[in-house]
Amino acid sequence: MLDLLLNHKREILTSAGEHLWLVGISMVLAIAIGVPLGIVLTRRPGWKNLVLGANSVIQTVPSLALFGLLLPLPWLGARADRLAIFALTLYALLPIIQNTYVGITGIDPPVREAAVAMGLTPLQLLWHVELPLASNVIVAGIRVATVATVGLATIAAAIGAGGLGEYIFRGLAMVDNRVILAGAIPAALIALTAYFLLGLLQRMLVRVRVHH
Amino acid sequence: MSDSPAIEFVDVQYRTAENRVLLSDLNLSVQRGEILMLLGPSGSGKTTSLKLINRLLVPSAGRLSVDSRATGDWDPIQLRRHIGYAIQEGGLFPHYTVWKNVALVPMLEGWEQPRIKTRVEEVLQMVGLPPAEFADRYPDQLSGGQRQRVGLARALAADPPLLLMDEPFGALDPITRAELQKEFKQLQQRLNKTVVFVTHDVSEALLLGDRIALMASGSLRGVYGPREFLTASDAAVKPYVDAFRTMQQVFQS
Repeated sequence: MLDLLLNHKREILTSAGEHLWLVGISMVLAIAIGVPLGIVLTRRPGWKNLVLGANSVIQTVPSLALFGLLLPLPWLGARADRLAIFALTLYALLPIIQNTYVGITGIDPPVREAAVAMGLTPLQLLWHVELPLASNVIVAGIRVATVATVGLATIAAAIGAGGLGEYIFRGLAMVDNRVILAGAIPAALIALTAYFLLGLLQRMLVRVRVHH
Repeated sequence: MSDSPAIEFVDVQYRTAENRVLLSDLNLSVQRGEILMLLGPSGSGKTTSLKLINRLLVPSAGRLSVDSRATGDWDPIQLRRHIGYAIQEGGLFPHYTVWKNVALVPMLEGWEQPRIKTRVEEVLQMVGLPPAEFADRYPDQLSGGQRQRVGLARALAADPPLLLMDEPFGALDPITRAELQKEFKQLQQRLNKTVVFVTHDVSEALLLGDRIALMASGSLRGVYGPREFLTASDAAVKPYVDAFRTMQQVFQS
């Protein structure tokens, strides 16, 4: 097993790089869309059911099916990685939107009210009170989404988007567990590392608040 | 403008979105430099009245003016920075130090750093919290009384002429409460702010108020000076006076 990993070190690292790229871009997009969307929902609670509902529906579509369904679309389907990033972003959105919404609406009401009564503008309220106090809940959402995306991204290999899934699909076809593990082990390591690092960030955000 | 009331309610009504009337036909003027106590049980409309003043709520009918200008005509941000606000438990920002809690509004108002520093030290001193000891603490490193003091310092920071206080001493133990009430009374003699102070505690109302506005189920029952209050014939006043007398007797015996 080990010599398989070592013999294909360069190849596996390239795949891991592709994998990281797919996950990284998808997460950046999901955060860039999900956090503002979560904030909008706190201002327009009426939209909450619609947005979270639509997102939950997306979550229920099996990933392999979603990749396949999106394939014939004109611009998206033209490149496999583009399509994969699009689908991964969609899947990552829900926990991020939800945690942003919950983090902000979960702030102690008197704290929020005091801020409004002191004459903070909506943007100042967001920057000085809501985002800092919701940050660890938001990061928790990003953490869940990242770990899930690392796993989901292996499926992207099915449509030729590359990444560590290549080994998993190849191993399945060859009925060779070692090849499957050559993809699965690095993917698990990436997921664990992301889980650990984001957990560290989360604890730091809590500590900043509690002590100096 | 100096003899016009600081705050004036004319036939003010407030209804919730579900059409529940929380406040009906309130007519009340608050004079400059006085402490007006809004006294009443919970649900009597006193907090609603307070929140109408800084436009956390908007009147459903009637006219409410601050410095002779309808609250609806003010820019809400300017109106609120013109009015200090202190609430029960302080409503402090848990992620900011005492210093930052107090300095925030002056900072947002664009004061120069040295001026902010002088002012924050001054107000912390004023509320009995030596800055050297307390400025760097977080709210969860303070006692209830200290948090309340920070809340008051924060409300005073940008030196607003008006102060709204919603049961600011309500959650404190009796000894700390008495201490803060006494200090607040002394402080007010120096600062001469216009204060609207919500309370359900009759002895607090009598101790601090220049006038006492008694409220019950969404309407104003009357406005009295503290002495007048003790001798008023209104049936709504009587239970409060009785409670106060009983308490006095308990202490005297």
